[in-house]
Amino acid sequence: MSEKLLEIKNLHVMYRTDDDDIYALNGVNISVEKGKTLGLVGETGAGKTTTALSIMRLLPDRVGAVKQGEIIFEGKNLLNVDNEEMRSIRGNDISMIFQDPMTSLNPIHTVGQQIGEVIKLHNIHLDNKDIELKIDEMMEMVGIPADRKTEYPHQFSGGMKQRIVIAMALACNPKLLLADEPTTALDVTIQAQVLQMMGDLKEKFNTSMILITHDLGVVAQICDSVAIMYAGEVIEIGTIEDIFEADVHHPYTIGLFGSIPDMTKKTYRLNPIDGLMPDPAIVPPGCRFADRCPKCMEVCEKISPENFIKNTHQIKCHLFTEKAKNATGN
Amino acid sequence: MTVPMIQTKNLKKYFATKKGELHAVDGVNLTINSGETLGVVGESGCGKSTLGRVILKLLEPTEGEVLYEGNDISKYSRKQMKNMRKEMQIIFQDPFASLNPRMTVSEIIAEPIKVCKTITNDNEILEKVFDLMNTVGLAERFVNTYPHELDGGRRQRIGVARALALDPKFIVCDEPVSALDVSIQAQILNLMMDLQDNMGLTYMFITHDLSVVKHISDNIAVMYLGQCVELAKTDELFENPAHPYTEALLEAIPIPSLKYRKKLNIIRGEVTSPINPKPGCRFAPRCPKVMPECSQASPELTEISPGHFVSCYIYMNGHYQTKGEKHENISANKS
Repeated sequence: MSEKLLEIKNLHVMYRTDDDDIYALNGVNISVEKGKTLGLVGETGAGKTTTALSIMRLLPDRVGAVKQGEIIFEGKNLLNVDNEEMRSIRGNDISMIFQDPMTSLNPIHTVGQQIGEVIKLHNIHLDNKDIELKIDEMMEMVGIPADRKTEYPHQFSGGMKQRIVIAMALACNPKLLLADEPTTALDVTIQAQVLQMMGDLKEKFNTSMILITHDLGVVAQICDSVAIMYAGEVIEIGTIEDIFEADVHHPYTIGLFGSIPDMTKKTYRLNPIDGLMPDPAIVPPGCRFADRCPKCMEVCEKISPENFIKNTHQIKCHLFTEKAKNATGN
Repeated sequence: MTVPMIQTKNLKKYFATKKGELHAVDGVNLTINSGETLGVVGESGCGKSTLGRVILKLLEPTEGEVLYEGNDISKYSRKQMKNMRKEMQIIFQDPFASLNPRMTVSEIIAEPIKVCKTITNDNEILEKVFDLMNTVGLAERFVNTYPHELDGGRRQRIGVARALALDPKFIVCDEPVSALDVSIQAQILNLMMDLQDNMGLTYMFITHDLSVVKHISDNIAVMYLGQCVELAKTDELFENPAHPYTEALLEAIPIPSLKYRKKLNIIRGEVTSPINPKPGCRFAPRCPKVMPECSQASPELTEISPGHFVSCYIYMNGHYQTKGEKHENISANKS
């Protein structure tokens, strides 16, 4: 088994607002191996982006706080390093691609300056000439002619802007790349180009990646393992084969797959999950999915389920833990 | 033969910009039959939404005709259109931006009724509002809430209820589910299909999501830079895509199954500018099968099998042959 680059243990994150305390993450456990891609899947509000921001230590000041847990990156708990050290890790060892390429670039600086800024901050010894060379190299790498580096973001199309953002994120050869819905704002043909490029770059530099998305199609294309999140918890995690091909799944995962119109066969009605995500301000004692679950049992509303583990596949649901208990009882 | 619900003839919409004329919709010929759904797909900026709006005359066409049940509405005056609007409605893309934040749910749903004065009695209007809320699956307790209190799925249900308020026959759905999460998206799609079954609605369904369009449409029109490049029955289009752009578009969809994991065969480049487009096929700069004649004149929409139209020179080789022979020619080439 290969080495773990990042391990998150029992992470709890809370947002404190004037009205309520929002429990955004409630005991998240995930890990990423070197050179592998983990897909983080879930609906709006499941806590995907909060997980990424916690790793980057970019949770909003005063409002967001890690209550409990560890984030271990290369053997070091990121929650304990001081701000200065964190700044050198951020952008250099771990970098992030944000969701919306239209708003994550600064409109008043040229794209070359913006890529150069990252390189300059993390490589103080480089002189300007070397930095310019590096900028050219990064732009060519993402497939944009280097002579366009003096242009401003508004002169590029959405797909090209996203490539600039990727070039910035990869400028210091990070060990871990957090990609927050990198292709959601793009058209399918451009999405395919960007995904392919990210896959190639990952292979070339042996970068690990956490890909945040709600598109299971994208996950099937490029991930090695998948964690499915619901209301601040990882409810199912496993290798890509576990999630897409195993027989047993969390009822929420089944609902998620049932919601996507299948391109390969004809179905008349979709089988969505009824209801909505629960209010994150209230923590129920039982399973968080209980009130939407088609297979809800009595125990589900009272006790939070344990993980049912089968090799690499973990499902947080009473259906399977109960079964396992009965089996050992007999 | 029955008269189609909607028919467009050489419909064009140009916008004047500083840089020149923007060809948003450029000679589109479509037919939508009553009770059917036409899916319109294409990438952002290809003119899908403009087409929807021109058909509803929310934008004046630059050229061409829009026939509604056989009558050309493109020359109708505002007054004449006001009557027509009862029969044709639109559901907008963004449920966050398309509802007035200062109006309650009941005010929003009742507004078209009040504007068109189809019902004048206040109690009856309220009854109708409750009726509509029931139809779209909104609980009655939301009647006095404001849009910001509701989530995206419920807001989109308000948009659907508002569109249904005047009992229309034809609805343009402009990306009604693309702002929603997948599980909510599926709920809305099911709702729209149920409504079609129960009320015999006709939809023009605009989207960039091919899996959604496959699910809901009877026919599909693929658009590229203002032009319709392929038009066919849904199954036919997915089984035998003819235009190189359609092929590329279908290739590019990530499918949520490991069986289809493969090196994507992707097209290079991006959509070129629709301002003062060059003559010739607009897809030519990105097309993997480009030929010399492609850059000379626009190819015409040609019928390659019954009901399947493509505008591409690959299928126009039989220029000089009669129509019947051309079909054989192409099927022979295919096999």
